[in-house]
Amino acid sequence: MAKQDTSLNDLYDQIPFLARHIGVGITDIEDMLAYLGVTSLDELINKTVPDSIRLQAELQLPPFAAAASEFETLQAIRSLAKKNIVYRTYVGLGYYNCIVPSVIQRNVFENPCWYTQYTPYQPEIAQGRLEALINFQTMVSELAGLPIANASLLDEATAVAEGIAMAYAVVQKKNAEANKIVLDDRCFPQTIAVVKTRAEALGLTVQVCDITDVTHYTKDTFAIVLQYPAADGAIINYTEIITTAKSKGIFAIVAADLLALTLLKPPGEMGADVVVGNSQRFGVPPGFGGPHAAFFATREEYKRIVPGRIVGASRDKFGTLAYRLALQTREQHIRREKATSNICTAQVLLAIMASMYAVYHGPEGLKRIARRVQSYAERFAHCCINAGLSVPQSAFFDTVEVVLSDAVTVRKRLTDLQINVHWESVDKVRIAFDETVTENDFADIVFAITGEQDVPIDGQGFASIPSVLLRQSSFLDQPVFHSYHSETEFLRYVRRLESRDLSLATSMIPLGSCTMKLNATTEMIPVGWSEFNTIHPYVPEAQVAGYTELCSDLEQALVAITGLAAVSLQPNAGSQGEYAGLLAIKAYHNANNQSQRTICLIPRSAHGTNPASAVMAGLQVVVVNCDDSGNISEPDLFAKVEQYGETLAALMVTYPSTHGVFETTIKDICQKVHSHGGQVYMDGANLNALVGLSSPGVLGADVVHINLHKTFCIPHGGGGPGMGPIAVASHLSSFLPGNPLSDTHSGAGPVSAARYGSASILPISWMYIALMGARGLTFATRVAILNANYMAARLSKYCPVLYKGAAGFVAHECILDVRHFKKAGIEVEDIAKRLMDYGFHAPTVSFPVPGTLMIEPTESESRAEIDLFCDALISIFEEIKQVETGEMPVDNNPLKNAPHPVSVLARDVWDYPYSRITAAFPMPHLLQYKFWPSVARIDGVYGDRNLVCTCPDISTFE
Amino acid sequence: MNIPDNLKYTKDHEWVLISDDEAVVGITEFAQSELGEIVFVELPAPGDTIEKNSTLCVVESTKAASDVYAPLTGVIQEVNAILGDTPDLVNTEPYAGGWLVKITGVNSSEFSELLSAEEYRSLTQE
Repeated sequence: MAKQDTSLNDLYDQIPFLARHIGVGITDIEDMLAYLGVTSLDELINKTVPDSIRLQAELQLPPFAAAASEFETLQAIRSLAKKNIVYRTYVGLGYYNCIVPSVIQRNVFENPCWYTQYTPYQPEIAQGRLEALINFQTMVSELAGLPIANASLLDEATAVAEGIAMAYAVVQKKNAEANKIVLDDRCFPQTIAVVKTRAEALGLTVQVCDITDVTHYTKDTFAIVLQYPAADGAIINYTEIITTAKSKGIFAIVAADLLALTLLKPPGEMGADVVVGNSQRFGVPPGFGGPHAAFFATREEYKRIVPGRIVGASRDKFGTLAYRLALQTREQHIRREKATSNICTAQVLLAIMASMYAVYHGPEGLKRIARRVQSYAERFAHCCINAGLSVPQSAFFDTVEVVLSDAVTVRKRLTDLQINVHWESVDKVRIAFDETVTENDFADIVFAITGEQDVPIDGQGFASIPSVLLRQSSFLDQPVFHSYHSETEFLRYVRRLESRDLSLATSMIPLGSCTMKLNATTEMIPVGWSEFNTIHPYVPEAQVAGYTELCSDLEQALVAITGLAAVSLQPNAGSQGEYAGLLAIKAYHNANNQSQRTICLIPRSAHGTNPASAVMAGLQVVVVNCDDSGNISEPDLFAKVEQYGETLAALMVTYPSTHGVFETTIKDICQKVHSHGGQVYMDGANLNALVGLSSPGVLGADVVHINLHKTFCIPHGGGGPGMGPIAVASHLSSFLPGNPLSDTHSGAGPVSAARYGSASILPISWMYIALMGARGLTFATRVAILNANYMAARLSKYCPVLYKGAAGFVAHECILDVRHFKKAGIEVEDIAKRLMDYGFHAPTVSFPVPGTLMIEPTESESRAEIDLFCDALISIFEEIKQVETGEMPVDNNPLKNAPHPVSVLARDVWDYPYSRITAAFPMPHLLQYKFWPSVARIDGVYGDRNLVCTCPDISTFE
Repeated sequence: MNIPDNLKYTKDHEWVLISDDEAVVGITEFAQSELGEIVFVELPAPGDTIEKNSTLCVVESTKAASDVYAPLTGVIQEVNAILGDTPDLVNTEPYAGGWLVKITGVNSSEFSELLSAEEYRSLTQE
């Protein structure tokens, strides 16, 4: 014991951040180990993590992971940030400078009450976020001119690809020949590149051409894609094109700019089936590529096949209006290989920022911004024409294309003035104006391009929007977009919504497989710096030396941690990582003339995104059974590996398993797959249990995706952003995702619109690794395992814990089997809802085993909080006992009636067989402070039968 | 559990009412109770030709989206359109108002593969 004390003391002394990130102290650790009946952390880890998979040497990380203090580490990243040079950038192509209203910056973006929540699967304690997302959907729906909108996708390019997948699912049913997508050659280049990647994997044809030539609409065409305004700035009336396409049974997808839509006729009114785009310029900085919220709107008839999450209105059991995620059964975790999309994570935090921007400005404010942007574009076009330059487009919104006469001089002036524009060719530029442009900026732009001073406008307006394209329909008439324009009112609205959401700032969120650990403030600080967040994704390399170094550091660290050879930071979420990883495997097989390898083995216990991603990558899913203790059934797996032999492409496996166990057979499994020519894809959802102790490389994996938003501290943002980089073994390194703006790809094509995906949140993971160092990260893994085992041990006295390793220990999470309470009429959902009355968010419900709870405390929770959560669950088990013994009626007890919001507590009629105190204050500490659910139990059935995904008329619910 | 004797069944928990070359298809009471409250039924279009064991329609509850497989080969003659507004009929009247589709042109050679009420009852009791 004494020996360990010294080493723990040393560790805490040497790593200043450790005591901030790790919730338990040295005394706690000793007590908890004693409770588990082991003498040291080493003993616990040795008994938990099989010897055969342990790292042989200590983890080594690159020098940036110095485990210095928060103060010093911030200085270190500050010097990296300074290596990025912030030019004034008017490149456009879907990314624009914007003004984040200060009140949103401070109270939403920089506010842990908004960025540390989990996806709103427990809607009674997430009403604030859900209302903000309904505002987002309303904004998208009305601007697009289509009735159904979702609560965000990852980026515009993937949103177009999702629209195409949906179109394919619809059209294929009627037209078996359907195989071709026609994209206008004026779509953004990154969109074309991502669509090509997606289409190729599914064996679909992509034709990029002038879309006005309808001879391209051959019988095998199932979708057309248009950009509005087009990449060259032109605004075109697409009505006729869309009508022609639809008369041939072709789906029309329009990628549109939200700000332009405040002035322009909505694509929905032109007949578009799907409208997608990026809400970035509504108050979310470009961030060198992200994150921001892409949007997706469609017609009523397709509402049940919309990719991603939709927030819908419903009511609680007393009829009060309440929101929740709608149509959840359509999500890939239920549909699995039959899903049309693998999208799981959304971009909730960024969607909320964009919706708040609309609430803050209101429709008139948005139009004012749009007109101002457009008037700069008009004036600029005038100046160019006056200077004798050619401006090819007669109708445009914010982007002006100019043909130069002396490109060399223009380039020099732009460089001198530190201005970036988009160079379409050697003598053609495009300048995209935005809301940040001042008169000084404008004068500089005019001078750089024309060599002349700003010429006053001559009064004749450039006919930049043809009258047929002017927006006639009103939008955002709902009170929410008109009531909060003073900062006082706005701030209170934000705070009101915030107070309805449970976040990590409230209490522990013990979600198994989601790893809700600390998102330290210090880690978050650099994200707000202009050197990181105002940079356009397509600026020249020389301006982003800081980002390049940061990404390289991170790649090297992830290479070391995973024990693999190369990393791509491009995938924007775990699902995208799965997809990119499977594409790499497929490209590898193809390069070895093994294109017949198309079978992907997936265990029954896998997360639903696995089969969905496999299908998108053009692989066929074969399910492998699990044994009684939740492990992959080795006999079944081996039989299937033999059976498929030459056609085996890959095995997808999660490790430690989704059941929270370190399976001892993993190495044999990997070897078996390899011996038959297959590759092993590892789902890194549970990487938090491996860092520093083992690695995917040691286990034998060829690819792993890393959820930076789980293991590496990027906050969940209430359902996004996420980041899902992949690490691959050396033989796969040339098949990583390519650059979306480069024409040639050696391996697989790009999977995101920007090279480093959501680059501006990478500093968070960089900071975490830098602050912890290799020893700190390893210690975090050990404590995560300790905490999980401590909880399992405490709770198993009251309720069985499913699945344990050989020595009786769990990994970093545990499954609590509450199915036996069904005999007393108590469902797992009742326990989840009752936890809200105790001030807690439920653990993961019914995954991976239906009817159970999966608990993951992470290393960041304190002993006190862990004990409090256990006490709450134990207290709930006591309440269930009262139902079992008949003391409480089966249909009228604290669990069935949970949660108990204030509105229920304050009712004159109290017809429950227990007191109000029992209802709302079942433990004494709650009288001191309590987080209140804002509505009673929500009726999901009602909402799914009557889908409402925009701000509902309140009278509907009266 | 109500398992009417006059119907035929499949191991996937569908019921079939056969008269001449027509068959009405629905899901059993057991199936609806397992699925929970039905919120949506995606039906095929009348006139569609369907193969035995292919996906006939999709029944969605708040916790699952389940495929219903065609118990027989034939042509869709009629679908129960009223389920569009009242999908809950599948829960409340699985053997009556909650029927799904009527198939015509079915072949009696496939009938022998269907289960009797007795056989289905023993299946659900396993």
